[in-house]
Amino acid sequence: MPKVKIPRKSTSIDMTAMCDVAFLLLTFFMLTTKFKPDEPVIVDTPSSISEIKLPDTDILQVTIDHESKVYFGIDGKFTRLALLDKIAERHKMTFTEEEKQSFSTLSSFGVPIANLKEFLHLKPEARNSVKQSGIPCDSLNNELGDWILFARLSNPKFRIAIKGDRESSFPVVKQVINTLQEKKVNKFNFITSLENAPE
Amino acid sequence: MAEVNTEGGGKKKGKKHKTKKQSTRIDLTPMVDLGFLLITFFMLTTTLSKPQTMEINMPVKDQNAEDTKVKASTAMTVILSKNDRIFYYFGIPEEGQELKMEVTNFGDNGIRKLLLEKNAPQIAAIKPLKAKFENKEITEGEYRKAAIGIKGSPNALVVLIKSDDKSKYKNLVDILDEMNICNIGKYAIVDISPVEQDLIKNL
Repeated sequence: MPKVKIPRKSTSIDMTAMCDVAFLLLTFFMLTTKFKPDEPVIVDTPSSISEIKLPDTDILQVTIDHESKVYFGIDGKFTRLALLDKIAERHKMTFTEEEKQSFSTLSSFGVPIANLKEFLHLKPEARNSVKQSGIPCDSLNNELGDWILFARLSNPKFRIAIKGDRESSFPVVKQVINTLQEKKVNKFNFITSLENAPE
Repeated sequence: MAEVNTEGGGKKKGKKHKTKKQSTRIDLTPMVDLGFLLITFFMLTTTLSKPQTMEINMPVKDQNAEDTKVKASTAMTVILSKNDRIFYYFGIPEEGQELKMEVTNFGDNGIRKLLLEKNAPQIAAIKPLKAKFENKEITEGEYRKAAIGIKGSPNALVVLIKSDDKSKYKNLVDILDEMNICNIGKYAIVDISPVEQDLIKNL
């Protein structure tokens, strides 16, 4: 076969521009992204017309799920460590270095202090499948009050946000509010989803 | 992976005899693939919308603090109950007086209509202000200040929000929302009294 050279145009197109765009977008998303903190329960928040945004940092979140169990979560790894130290002191407990590390990665939890150690020994994957009993916040044994008090001592800038499920019962919400008021927190936020205001 | 394109992309056999001038262009397709894969990942995991919040200010709990007195003519008490029902009555109950409890719901013709009617003077006063603000005649600060003044006027409606043990958190948020919608500046979350509890038990 004679070698005949046919000047054929390559089918490949210049990918440089597309690559540029892709990485530009990638950079944007990488910088703006903030990972959803894994929450122990799915909470369906009620809707309101309020348009105030929740700040990103320094949030102390009290979650109330549909079974009216209370969960507690704060942000900041070092704040969590400081908080655990204070709680340990208050309840005369000692935590190993491993348990402390495990606690510092915990974004939200709902177990009584007595069961906290056991909970911290679980693998992170296992924690989601375990049924958490909620933090006691009744007047006899108000652990939620302790958590809130010491969390605010660890970081005075905390804003307190209550994220309640639509179906959570009013007495529990009232109990949480009372606990907050006992700890001299009279200003707090309810997390809601947006709904259009009627005319 | 990075295949090197030769100029013109001629037949492979002819390559060997050609000058070994290689193109500097490499195939970027896998890189673009990777880029878009990561974009997709970040787009799906990102939380662009921050949650909305409702700000609640509770009065300071102090044993020595005196209870704020509410004028009977402006007071309205709403009691949230199960199945999204709302009980309400006007005025401050006095000793021995029968309470006239009525029932409504969260619909547009329920509690909202009622609150809008009762708070009509305030809403009417705020309306021109809001129009002015929307036409940029006054600043947001001025608007807020004036609105707070109107909402806090001595004759404005004062709503006492109470709830029995069977209502849901959603009801609380909804009624607080109604306060915002109906421009009611003075409202408080109060504990239910035994008398009221007895009254609504049978309704």
